[in-house]
Amino acid sequence: MTLVSPTLRDEITANMRAAKARMWVRIKGGNRELTHYIAEVVLPVLTIGAYVILYKTLGLPPSLGAAVIIGGAMIAFWTNILWNMSAQWFWEKEMGNLEMYMVAPVSRMSVLLGMAMGGAINTSLRATGIILLGVFVFQVPFQVHDLLVAGLVFLLTVISLYGLGMVFASLYMLYGREAWHTNMLLQEPVFFLSGSYFPTIYVSVIPVWLQVTATLIPMTVGLDAIRRVTIQGQGLMAVWPHILALIAFIAILIPVARMALNYMENLGKREGRLTLRWQ
Amino acid sequence: MKRDISIETRALRRVFKGVPGAGDVVALDSVDLAIEEGEIFGLLGPNGAGKTTMIKILATLLLPTSGEAYVKGLEVSKNASKVRKIINLVSGGETPGYGILSVKENLWFFSQLYGLSRQGANERIKNLVTQLGLDNYIDTRMSKLSTGYKQRLNLARGFINNPSVVFLDEPTLGLDVLSAKQLRTMIKSWMTDGTKTVLLTTHYMAEADEMCNRVGIIDQGRILACDTPQKLKAKIASRPSWKIEVTPNIQELDTLKTVPGVIGVSEVSNIETGTSTLKLVLEDESVMSDLLSTINRNGSRVLNMGKSEPTLEDVYINLVGKGLQ
Repeated sequence: MTLVSPTLRDEITANMRAAKARMWVRIKGGNRELTHYIAEVVLPVLTIGAYVILYKTLGLPPSLGAAVIIGGAMIAFWTNILWNMSAQWFWEKEMGNLEMYMVAPVSRMSVLLGMAMGGAINTSLRATGIILLGVFVFQVPFQVHDLLVAGLVFLLTVISLYGLGMVFASLYMLYGREAWHTNMLLQEPVFFLSGSYFPTIYVSVIPVWLQVTATLIPMTVGLDAIRRVTIQGQGLMAVWPHILALIAFIAILIPVARMALNYMENLGKREGRLTLRWQ
Repeated sequence: MKRDISIETRALRRVFKGVPGAGDVVALDSVDLAIEEGEIFGLLGPNGAGKTTMIKILATLLLPTSGEAYVKGLEVSKNASKVRKIINLVSGGETPGYGILSVKENLWFFSQLYGLSRQGANERIKNLVTQLGLDNYIDTRMSKLSTGYKQRLNLARGFINNPSVVFLDEPTLGLDVLSAKQLRTMIKSWMTDGTKTVLLTTHYMAEADEMCNRVGIIDQGRILACDTPQKLKAKIASRPSWKIEVTPNIQELDTLKTVPGVIGVSEVSNIETGTSTLKLVLEDESVMSDLLSTINRNGSRVLNMGKSEPTLEDVYINLVGKGLQ
């Protein structure tokens, strides 16, 4: 029997269908339960609201309130695309779904892309809730002069998070529970370093070495750029180094993620742990 | 007519690292196998015999330690992505999918992992749902399905891409009699065009006897026999098979194996009635008097006994010396 080689177009179509389907599962699954809305929208809004109230009470500049609103909105994407997408690999394994994905003739990156896109769409609700809270309840000052640049920076940040998330996902493919624990261990320090609740770079109170370390996280760079564009009203001239850095992150992280996913898959196949549960 | 080889293994070996101090575990030991296109091939063996390891290697989920494995002429460890386009895998007892989605939604999702078009997916889902008796549950969430229906959904998933080769690893595990029968009917009708191949592992000898064109009996990673069920049974036709019901349960089954002329014995106990049904393969019938004396010495009483036609279980007992139970 001769097998007909599919064209590149067929391959791309199949992978896009897989990504779209996984995105759909995430959106549909997330939105079928009321508790999802409470966990996804109401609770984060309360946390961010608490920070804004604290800053106001302390008499700090209103721009700091705006910074935490932007940070809160971006945490939502950060959490969903990076942590949840990679951790989902662990749950898929526990549910017996990973075997199904591994036997399917589509790239693992497409499946993860679908998870990330679905997560991003679900998250936009939470982000919108936080921004509305900032604008209408706390009346924090936003000034966006260049929407295009704001959109570009946001997109690049999300793509770089997807790249980093895929690297983490490769660990979940094999290490399951250990990767889950590492995830929990890293989450809070990374939230702190990336400046989600207050700026951590270009501020004198944070040591320079820590600021430099923080810039190794794509979220730190993306968040600083978005804050500059949306709070300080700056444009392309002010954030082009950020854009270049984000492009560099993407250029490094996506191929690294691809290699890591392939490496971990092969290691799992060699050691017989690829679809082994309860690890 | 000579058919193309669909699945082939050559000196296939897989060794797993054992726990410290226990040594390595040889799951497959130089397995040579050739399965033709259009065949339903059954791999029979107890837990730990190497059946799932074999399927995982062929389904691109595991690498062999040495040897080669081919699906449709493609070496699986080197051509995983090509092989995945033409195969699917169903592991019995597993219920992959998302509980929050309905049967139809889950199947649509699986179809997209194989790049099916909207129309192609809908037609395929409709056919599978009808064949597997899922019509009334098509809009039911997977989390609300009973175990048997979840298993049917899993089976539908395994055929969603109309694969050329399907690996069914204990597909009827946990299924009720009706569901198991529906599955067998579905597989047989799916096989009618002669281009499909099924590699099935099972504990259920009767199922293998009914469904498989050929069976391979595997134990401790080695294929002990491989032929059609009829030929395998014919090979032991000269050796009488006996079914003996005793009470209370035999305490020392191994003592029966030591009786000269007893080739193998298996036992199925019924806790409720306190009885055991022994299946014995003997060299000849002169062994019977020694055997009955040994049963008596064990403190058991014979309730019922009779000669039976050889089954695949007898073939297994004949080869391994014990039953699958």
